[in-house]
Formats: sequence, C-alpha cells, structure tokens
Amino acid sequence: MTDIVLQTHHLVRRFGGLVATQDVSLSVERGARHALIGPNGAGKTTLINQLTGVLAPSEGRIELAGQDITALPAHRRVALGLVRTFQINQLWPTLTPLQSLALAVSSRLGASRRWWQALGADAAVARECEALLRQFRLEDHAERATAELPYGKRRLLEIALAVALRPQVLLLDEPAAGVPAGERQDILDTIAALPADVAVLLIEHDMDLVFSFARRMTVLVNGAVLTEGTPEQIAADPQVRAVYLGESLTGTRHEAPAATTLAGAAHG
Amino acid sequence: MSARPATRSAAPMDATTLAAHSARVMRWKPWELVVWALVWAAPFAAPQHAALINEIAILALFAVSLDLILGYAGIVSLGHAAFFGVGAYAAALLAKHLNPDPLLGLAFGAAVGAALGALTSPMIVRGSDLTRLMVTMGVALVLLELANKFDSLTGGADGLQGVVMGPVLGLFEFDLAARTASVYSLAVLFLAFVVLRRLVHTPFGMSLKALRDNRLRVAAIGLSVQGRLAVVYTLAAGLAGAAGALLAQTTGFASLDVLEFHRSADVMLALVIGGAGWLWGGLIGAIAFKLMHDLISAVTPQYWTFWIGLILVLLMLVGRERLFSPRRWFKRGGGA
Repeated sequence: MTDIVLQTHHLVRRFGGLVATQDVSLSVERGARHALIGPNGAGKTTLINQLTGVLAPSEGRIELAGQDITALPAHRRVALGLVRTFQINQLWPTLTPLQSLALAVSSRLGASRRWWQALGADAAVARECEALLRQFRLEDHAERATAELPYGKRRLLEIALAVALRPQVLLLDEPAAGVPAGERQDILDTIAALPADVAVLLIEHDMDLVFSFARRMTVLVNGAVLTEGTPEQIAADPQVRAVYLGESLTGTRHEAPAATTLAGAAHG
Repeated sequence: MSARPATRSAAPMDATTLAAHSARVMRWKPWELVVWALVWAAPFAAPQHAALINEIAILALFAVSLDLILGYAGIVSLGHAAFFGVGAYAAALLAKHLNPDPLLGLAFGAAVGAALGALTSPMIVRGSDLTRLMVTMGVALVLLELANKFDSLTGGADGLQGVVMGPVLGLFEFDLAARTASVYSLAVLFLAFVVLRRLVHTPFGMSLKALRDNRLRVAAIGLSVQGRLAVVYTLAAGLAGAAGALLAQTTGFASLDVLEFHRSADVMLALVIGGAGWLWGGLIGAIAFKLMHDLISAVTPQYWTFWIGLILVLLMLVGRERLFSPRRWFKRGGGA
C-alpha cells in the first residue's frame, strides 16, 4: 500500500505576517480513510482551500496521482478526480436533485456542453442518476426543488454530487455538520458505504465519527502537522491529548466510546 | 402525445424516469402553441399595426437575449444596449456600403454583437452585482460616445441615413407599411425562441441556472465558471446584436438612439414585467410593455412614465409571481 494518490510537499501559506499553513507534507493513499483533525484555527480550512484550488499556496507543491496540480484552477482539479463537499451546503436551490445529479454526471462524461439534447436524454447519464438517487436515498425527492428538501436530504445530495464525479480523492468537509440526530445515521451509513477505491480525506470535529471512520489520522495544530498515525496511536499520543483531545475529551467518559468504535472499525 | 407519464409524484424511480422527464420538458405545451399561433396571426389580422408588431418582435428578441444572461445565468446588466447598438450600426453600415441583403446583414449584426460580447465578457466574471451593473452600463456609455465622435462612419447625432435594404430572400421587398418588416422580425424571433427553448433544457442550459444558483458548486463539479459565463454572454450579445440589426434594417436607419441608456433600461423593464428566468418572460414582457406604452400614451401622452413607474413599484412589492406569471397559477416550477 504505497500507492499515493494525493500528496503535498512542504506547503506554506501566509496571510501577511500570519502563517496559516506551515510546511505541511501530507500523503493520502489510494482508498485511504484519512482524517484531518485539529482544534479551531488549526488551518484545516486553509489547507483544504489550497488542495481544491481556492487559494494558491505561498510555497510548496501539490500532486494528484503523480501530476503537479499546484497551478491548476479548481474546476480542472475536479476533472482530474479531486472532489470536495462543503461544510455549508453549496447546492442549486431551484434545481431538483435529479437535475443537479444529471448535471454533475454530464459534466464528468463531458456531455455538459451539449446544447441540443435534453439534460439526461443520454441513457448512460440517466442510468447513473437513478443509481445515485437510490444509493443516497433521494428517490422520493428526485423531482422537488432542492430548496424544499429536508436538511438531512440536502446534506446527502451534497455528498451525492461529489460521488457522481467518481473522484479519486474525496474531501469531506464536516459531512455531519448541523444534521439533526434523526437524520444522522443516513449520513454515517452513506460515508461508510463510499467506494473502497476512493481515497477519502475527512475533516471533522465529531470525534465519534472520526474514530469510527478513519484508519489514518493527521493532527494539525497552528498550521503545522503535529503528528500522524493510526487512530490508536493518535488516541494514545500524549502530545495530541495535551493540545487537542484534552479540550474536548474530558477524562475517561469519552474515551470509552472511541475505544469501542475503534474495535468495531477493526472488525469491519 | 396523449400518454403523459405520471412521474411528478414520488413514484418509485425506474431507468426511464429521467428520459421521460427530459422528454416532458422539451415538449411544447398546448398554451404555448396557442400563443404562438396568435402572435403569428397578428401581422396578417391587423396589418395596420405592422409597425408596432415589428417593434414588439424586436424588443422581444432583445428581452429574450437579456433573459439568457439575467434570468438564467444571473448576470445583471444595465448596458445591454451596447450589443443592440453595435448590431444595428453593423447591419446598417453593411447595407449602405457593401451588400443590401437583409439576412447577410442580420448575420453580420449578430456576429459583431457576439464579438463585442466575447471581448467584454471577462469584465462581468468578477465582482458583485453592483460591479456588473456599472461595468455593463459603462461599456454602453463608452460606445455611445464613440459613435457620437466618429460621425464620419456613424453619422453622429444625425444618424446613419440612406440605408436601403434589398428584399428578404430576394423575394419580399420592405414596404412603407412595415408588413414585410413585421413578418421578417417575427420569423427571426420565432427561430431564436425555438432554438433557445431547447437550449435551456440541455445540460448547457441547466448549467446556466446552476451558475445563477451557486457558482461555487458549478466549479466544484468541474465546470469552468468563467468559460460558461463567457459563452452565455457572447450568445446573448449576438442575439441582442441581431435585434439591433432588425431595427436598423426594418427602419432603414441607425442613430445614437440605439445605444442610449433608455434602451438598456426599457429592455430590463420589459423582461421584469414578463418575468426573468423563463423564455416567455421576454416575449410577454415585450408585448405588455409596448402595448401599455401605446395605450397609456394615447390617453395621457405626458404621463406614460408615471404609469410605468407605478406598475414597476407594484410588480416589485406585490411580486410578479402573484400578479402575472401563469406558471404560478397552476403549480410551482415547470414552465418553459
């Protein structure tokens, strides 16, 4: 397992005198379940914005499957298979989920420039949209305007739109953020069922979700990588406990669920 | 045609749903056919109003072109007359100096409009709506002053005189009563409408609505926001250029008036009255705007702007959906 699909080399990003990203070298393997954690202000968002092409790094390089993508605009990175979801839903409120997915699938298949055939008239696009709607449990909402969907369903569509692009690397930015408890399980199941060959980089505050999902973790503090390792190593790392876990996990009460979910993940 | 698939509801999905959905939106609804039949009947039933019908058709084409960028792609513009104006001058100059064929001039006017659109599109990609309002308005003002300055070419404030058009298709001479003109303009409008009605339901058309709704996500599915905006802006500019060409050809005249600010404002008014974001908005708006203008001016010549202002305020405060838009009378969404 040394098949690295996403790699950063000594990434630095400065905002004036502030160094928001300090010499970050990150490697994500094909099919990885990699979590990026860190306290507020650790520079997670800045790092994601550099990976996706929203921000240009001050120094360093980013490689996707061996190709240097540091200078590519956001949409070109997507075409190469680096896809993200957003912490705050970024959807098309007046389009239906079916139209949204059809647009994403058409975009991937290079059919989006077609200007004479109706959206989804292509049988391949149609089949894929049906499959995605089923996979993300959106069948019953396929033809309603996205703005009218319950929040949890919109959250699912947010992820479905990314999966529709068949990414090599999927950046999930707090996928469960704001989802009410009743709809949470749908999101967790969906994330657990993501295709095995897709490398997933998860940015999340929810420690239960992180420890149940990740097989590898990187801890970011003050813009720099503090440490990296398996969830067991991270959970046991006194440095991490000091700067990060100590804040949110108080003593033994929160350690237990993390440990049990770890055991569960190991079996699965 | 009679078997309409009942796929609106939450019926279980099957592999044909999306195909049926796309076939359904593409199909012309009966009311659309009726309206077009009435529109087509107008120049034949009321030839004495041919000049008005011609003006309406031209404004409608202009408004539909604005709808493409404003209603679909969400680009606000107060300078759409820039493209209308250069199209008008291009067609008039071509006819005067090189070739009097109307269709050639129409194509030339559209091409010049599109070229200006492509040239100026980078300016509308960035910034806020206010930026776009000012930039589009500024471009139109610059062109207006250029047309004024280069009077050896444009005729300046006197206008470009002596534009004599050849017959349409070599068969139909333009007449003083504007009968040929009205049918010619209507035919161009109809053709553009048929093509655009299809276009807005294609992946390309849907990506325009997506741009309006959320540009961040458009980039996130791998589409170039700048590229799409440039294409739609160029397309709309070409259509506006064609509308301008029609005006110059059917009136045999082009003057600074084609670039004036009031043209940009009028076309936006017409579109707002008809409703932005659906193609019928431009058409219905143009008809309503011109008819109101004619009727109100006939009653109170001085106070036309008072009434149009009042209507505008009502429209904005009460909401066009509740006042006019037929699609909201029946259901949400859908429409052309």
